[in-house]
Amino acid sequence: MDVHRAITRPPKAHAPAGTHSSTDFGYLHSVESGAAVDGPGMRFVFFMAGCLFRCVYCHNPDTWKLHNGRKITVEDALAEVKPYAGFLRMAGGVTISGGEPLMQAPFVGEMFKRFKTELGLHTALDTQGYLHASVDDAWFDNVDVVLLDIKHSDPEVYQRLTAQPLQPTLDFAHRLQRLQKKIWLRYVLVPGWTDGHDDIARLADFVADLGSIVERVEVLPFHQMGTQKWAQLGMDYPLAGAPTPTPESTAEARSIFAERGLTVF
Amino acid sequence: MGILSQTIVPADAWAGFKGDKWRDAVDVRDFIQNNYKPYEADGAFLAGPTPRTLKVWETLGVLLAEERKKGVLDVSADRASTITAHDAGYIDKDIELIVGLQTDAPLKRAIMPNGGLRMVENGLEAFGFTLDPSVHEVWTKYRKSHNQGIFDVYSPEILAARKSGVITGLPDAYGRGRIIGDYRRVALYGTDALRAFRLKDFRAIENEVFNDDVMRLREEMSEQYRALDELKEMAAKYGYDISKPATNAREAVQWTYFAYLAAVKEQNGAAMSLGRVSTFLDIYIQRDIDAGILTEEQAQELIDDMIIKLRIVRFLRTPEYDQLFSGDPTWVTESIGGVGEDGRPLVTKSSFRFLHTLYNLGPAPEPNLTVLWSTKLPEGFKNFCAKVSADTSAIQYENDDLMRPKWGDDYGIACCVSAMRIGKQMQFFGARSNLAKALLYAINGGVDEKSGAVVAKGFEPIKGDVLDYDEVMAKFDKMMDWLAQTYVKALNTVHYMHDKYAYERIEMALHDRDILRTMACGIAGLSVAADSLSAIKHAKVKVIRNEAGLAVDYKIEGTYPAYGNNDDSVDSIAVWLTETFMKKVAAQPYFYRNSMPTQSVLTITSNVVYGKKTGNTPDGRRAGEPFAPGANPMNGRDTKGFVAAGASVAKIPYDAALDGISWTASATPDSLGRTSEERAKNLANCLDAYTAAGGFHVNVNVFNRDTLVHAMDHPELYPQLTVRVSGYAVNFVKLTREQQLDVISRTFHSKM
Repeated sequence: MDVHRAITRPPKAHAPAGTHSSTDFGYLHSVESGAAVDGPGMRFVFFMAGCLFRCVYCHNPDTWKLHNGRKITVEDALAEVKPYAGFLRMAGGVTISGGEPLMQAPFVGEMFKRFKTELGLHTALDTQGYLHASVDDAWFDNVDVVLLDIKHSDPEVYQRLTAQPLQPTLDFAHRLQRLQKKIWLRYVLVPGWTDGHDDIARLADFVADLGSIVERVEVLPFHQMGTQKWAQLGMDYPLAGAPTPTPESTAEARSIFAERGLTVF
Repeated sequence: MGILSQTIVPADAWAGFKGDKWRDAVDVRDFIQNNYKPYEADGAFLAGPTPRTLKVWETLGVLLAEERKKGVLDVSADRASTITAHDAGYIDKDIELIVGLQTDAPLKRAIMPNGGLRMVENGLEAFGFTLDPSVHEVWTKYRKSHNQGIFDVYSPEILAARKSGVITGLPDAYGRGRIIGDYRRVALYGTDALRAFRLKDFRAIENEVFNDDVMRLREEMSEQYRALDELKEMAAKYGYDISKPATNAREAVQWTYFAYLAAVKEQNGAAMSLGRVSTFLDIYIQRDIDAGILTEEQAQELIDDMIIKLRIVRFLRTPEYDQLFSGDPTWVTESIGGVGEDGRPLVTKSSFRFLHTLYNLGPAPEPNLTVLWSTKLPEGFKNFCAKVSADTSAIQYENDDLMRPKWGDDYGIACCVSAMRIGKQMQFFGARSNLAKALLYAINGGVDEKSGAVVAKGFEPIKGDVLDYDEVMAKFDKMMDWLAQTYVKALNTVHYMHDKYAYERIEMALHDRDILRTMACGIAGLSVAADSLSAIKHAKVKVIRNEAGLAVDYKIEGTYPAYGNNDDSVDSIAVWLTETFMKKVAAQPYFYRNSMPTQSVLTITSNVVYGKKTGNTPDGRRAGEPFAPGANPMNGRDTKGFVAAGASVAKIPYDAALDGISWTASATPDSLGRTSEERAKNLANCLDAYTAAGGFHVNVNVFNRDTLVHAMDHPELYPQLTVRVSGYAVNFVKLTREQQLDVISRTFHSKM
């Protein structure tokens, strides 16, 4: 069966024009403290609201809509982190994730600036990079590491998987190379969608060419824990009942990256 | 030269040791400071278990399995236990390096009726054993127990408070424990020198006025040196003469263990902690290694063998007691690490060797290995501890940077969180009073919400239908006065009688004559009380009354900030509660034996029982629902993750809870990082940051596969188990079974 066609596509996203361009306020889905999987060390994570991707395997579909988020100012964001600043300086830093943080790039840029200059925190941006062209190089001055999510290496499948084109993300990777910005590359392994050997090899070649800025590659096995969220939102989950990767296939995917000299987790 | 070095100690026992002060007076700290060798590197030097060690452990394994089936393997119900009541007992006599059992066979429990005959009889009956009639006769006809003495004194109000559960867990029917003998003294000096020293103390006060205090002290000292003689006699049954100091590492371990063994033969204390022996023993081990007479493997064997013994300390207790404390705990707490007053870390290779037993013998809850954490500990040790935690979930951490300024650098932890200078300080264990229930009493004018009985007399209930914060606070303030008064009266009674009828002879023989005593009070239900007050203040709480007019339920309209989210608007209430109740305790007119009042925010595992005894509370908690343990936020209400929860807990001021503040945190291995090294490093950094923020204690749970499997079948035990899956968090027990299985396979295959 061709799983790529058998699914019902989720509602189409707004065009990039639907992004949020204010620095005065932004939309926040939630915050989370106390885990060490979204950047180096223990992270305080802002999950920003809004995403223009509609990934079929999304595990946070509740973050898609910008205006479902809580409206906050940069001061609010700073106040959220401040009580942990001492902790985070010793143990990790702050990560802005989503949704897609670049949906609110001016606001998120302001957050990074204040976190960096006022609190002296290590900062990480978790993004798929699609909207990078909307910000200038200086925007990245206050970002220490980019957690770059590349969902597929084949432009056609990428489009089917996410409802958006791949090229902007590849351009973004090259831009980070030019800026010499550190990258943690993330790849979600979904059986039938992203576990093809050649597809992974193509991506691994691309990533290896980026050179030493890629500090690590994280292969993240797809999981079914987003199921409830789709149901709560009254949407059909395209991957309901889809299998999760076997330990063997995960190890296999990791080895394709590792063969190219990349550090893989 | 003092009497010790002059007359009694052969020179070779102390060969190569430096320093003078400790030779002339009992001063183990001075000995340690002059002779220990800090170790700053990692655990690469450690040795695995020898076939001998594994054989002993496997022999015991068979008995342990049988014990798990039966509950209690065997009891020596024929005699009341004393230091010398039983003949020597062994696990495997020919190959044991460190010997000594509580009775004449492993896992055979002793009975100690001095604490209370009823506890003994109920315990025996519950497990199918019968008491020797002569023991019954002695403790009913001729000899009074601690328990009887107390009930001769208790007031009706204390009895009512005890029955309703507003005060719970008082050591009035069992041994109080939480006293740590300085067991190291026996190794360093031998029993004869200690006896001589005590005799000198005894003679020094013979010309004083013989008032109650002096007479009691003299009688106690006589008991103490008698107990030292019994200790010597006990060791002789195993073929050792411990009247003289230990002359090598094996003897040092053996002498120290014998001293501890005497304590657990004589006392069935709620917590029978070991103290801080690892760095002390390291001096002997290092001396032997330097002399070429001990290898690393042999050194580890000595520690492994001692730990095996500590793992099988047993007491006969009733099923009710086990329910209160969730199992069969003994709290053989050993405090490891910390930093000295001179800034040198007190970490030695033996600090590592003790922790390494969790690998050599596998994880176990006892002995209760407690790391005294300081941001100034060597990195190698920090990472090693964190790795052991991540692998075994068997370590707790306490803030040495907070305790050292109060208690110096030779304190140990009794039970879970109670710091005391070893051999110089003891506590009168006070269990705890239930602040959440006291709040309900404030609302109901002292009438118990479950039974309808009047427990606190002379109070008016709140009559309005919506709770007014100021009115509740005013009434709660008065109710806490009543509670503190009733509570301290009970504790004075308990400890007066414990000294009188169940005195800890050998443990106190291994203390200085003049010591600091603390009256260690405690509070339970902190988060429930804080959240209830927050709900009353920030939301609208309506009272639901039964036909009798008793407030039995509450309806909350709106939302309120909950403790555990690093939100000052409610965390400040928890701080206020802790400080206020401490003040009310300290304001009481009398503390037995001039003890210094302190308190803990600790429930151990009795948060479940406290919850059972408490009705619906204004925070929305349902009647019977467990409290959060210790100073933990209420289950599920700390929605911002464990860093925020830890930040809230760290706000509870140690100065208002000098007996300790307990926090239990759980994390999955995945949430701590992607590799073992990364997890260890991240956890170590978290501990540094929590310590720097003033957090007092943390139980670190890094759940392993078995725990998650267990949680699937017993979700009620794991309400807070959170699973991070790269990018978001979900509550483990709310997932479907399939998803749980998925998490389990995901979490653990990544570990390889």
